Amino acid sequence: MKDFPYTEKKDTRSGFGAGLLELGRTNPDVVALCADLTGSLKMDAFQKEFPERFFQVGIAEANMMGIAAGMTIGGKIPFTGTFANFSTGRVYDQIRQSIAYSGKNVKICASHAGLTLGEDGATHQILEDVGMMKMLPHMTVINPCDFNQTKAATIAIAAYEGPVYLRFGRPAVPNFTPADQKFEIGKAVMLNEGTDVSIFATGHLVWKAILAGKILAEKGINAEIINIHTIKPLDAEAILASVAKTKCAVSAEEHQLNGGLGDSIAQLLGRQMPSPLEMVGVNDSFGESGTPDQLMEKYGLNEQSIVAAAERAISRKKA
Amino acid sequence: MNPHNKSTEELKEIASQVRRDIVRMVHAVNSGHPGGSLGCTDFLVSLYFRVMYHNPEFNMNGNGEDLFFLSNGHISPVWYSVLARAGYFDVAELATFRKINSRLQGHPATEEGLPGIRVASGSLGQGLSVALGAAQAKKLNNDPNLVYVLMGDGELEEGQVWEAAMYAAHHKMDNLIATVDNNGQQIDGSTEEVMSLGNLRAKFEAFGWLVLEANGNDFDSIVPALEKAKAETGKGKPVMILMNTEMGFGVDYMMGSHKWHGVAPNDEQLEIALQQLAVKQASDY
Repeated sequence: MKDFPYTEKKDTRSGFGAGLLELGRTNPDVVALCADLTGSLKMDAFQKEFPERFFQVGIAEANMMGIAAGMTIGGKIPFTGTFANFSTGRVYDQIRQSIAYSGKNVKICASHAGLTLGEDGATHQILEDVGMMKMLPHMTVINPCDFNQTKAATIAIAAYEGPVYLRFGRPAVPNFTPADQKFEIGKAVMLNEGTDVSIFATGHLVWKAILAGKILAEKGINAEIINIHTIKPLDAEAILASVAKTKCAVSAEEHQLNGGLGDSIAQLLGRQMPSPLEMVGVNDSFGESGTPDQLMEKYGLNEQSIVAAAERAISRKKA
Repeated sequence: MNPHNKSTEELKEIASQVRRDIVRMVHAVNSGHPGGSLGCTDFLVSLYFRVMYHNPEFNMNGNGEDLFFLSNGHISPVWYSVLARAGYFDVAELATFRKINSRLQGHPATEEGLPGIRVASGSLGQGLSVALGAAQAKKLNNDPNLVYVLMGDGELEEGQVWEAAMYAAHHKMDNLIATVDNNGQQIDGSTEEVMSLGNLRAKFEAFGWLVLEANGNDFDSIVPALEKAKAETGKGKPVMILMNTEMGFGVDYMMGSHKWHGVAPNDEQLEIALQQLAVKQASDY
């Protein structure tokens, strides 16, 4: 099992803020819109340096999505910022009609996704956003794993023409991916090559998968760990190549099992390479108040759950 | 110079032809929305043949020209006819309205690449926001041209409209002219019965807009109102025209009733309508 050293923990939303600021300096077409959460989204640095390209829309997310769609018509590249809940469920029809169906080049940037939003509780902890967004034709769905990757993804999506949903979060997590990484949309990242089980993780669960890999290695299990930062389009080639080798798979995500990464992998394997698949995610329930760590443990989104899922998947392999 | 600067007499002739297109289009597929389309015909003809500076050689970005957004997308027949008659695409294509494999979808869409359409509409309440975004982009681009948007009056029941109305005043969107098709009708009955809109002038004024009124079925009222609205742009306030229209205008049995919101005429009714919509030189598609 490879080692993944890191010097500090940082929040992925700050990676977004850093990426947005850099885009402001390099791409004059980039504009930012925020629905009264500028500090939470770490958009304040962009706002300060480029006030003429920053648009405060107030607590009016539906209007924000429409304005962003309209701005693309004049050639702008709008980045909208609010919590994941208000970036998706609250404005689904606006995104569907004015952005996705209209093929508009809007970057929907969503913070505080999932349980790790923490104490605010289930009203704000969306666990269905990936499903809603990936169902929309034309939509690209990205869920990076740490600060550096979120920054790289933010910069990369500005160069891609089309609607994108970029999902990130609130807590500080190990910042282990390279600062100079090239982010390729739709291209999975191999973290650890293995032979016994393929672990496909996204977002905050990527680090948990690395921790699980270490535990599995101590048990003599050689896990292949792949970071699926782009859920749509799914890197089918990388997934199939891995499962062809390991013959079983685990998915891990901070999302409902319905509609998430595991659901996409199940569709792929079911059609092209039927294999045992165990899924780590939230099983058809809402979240609740608590610290991020407490919630991740209570809902089984941790390394122990991934280890158990890997052992189950391996035991289901045909002899 | 504006290549679409038609006289009032010419506008009337074009409007009759557009109304003939509308009733024939909805009749051909026994679906679509003739009532609001007929009511807004004079407004759209005024925009595309007199008031707006626009280029039928369609560019999605619309830089250097005025833009129009139709928020109440169900009146697509009138927009399609006006676009075709203004040269955006061949009028023969109007015959494909609502049919399989057509660019003329039931509600306006960009997916099939129909020239003149910049965003999908139909799910109500979204057009003002999109128009504001386009107007904001024009300001960023130092493009002095204007953005127009039409909404239905029933559509004002959608909350997003008021989010957008607030934004427009706060951000001093003075390069936008919004219009409401104030025909007093919606699917389930009159707006008064379904959800009374109250004093729209006072509401928009309270939201910080400059509000004008016009008779949307009289070129001698709507054209001067649009010119006045243009003269009021650039003064730090968004401009609204409350346009009183009659649903079904031009076809007597459709006029003033919500019953023709989304119903097509039968063969006999079509003939009566076409007799009433006389033109000097018919050029039906």
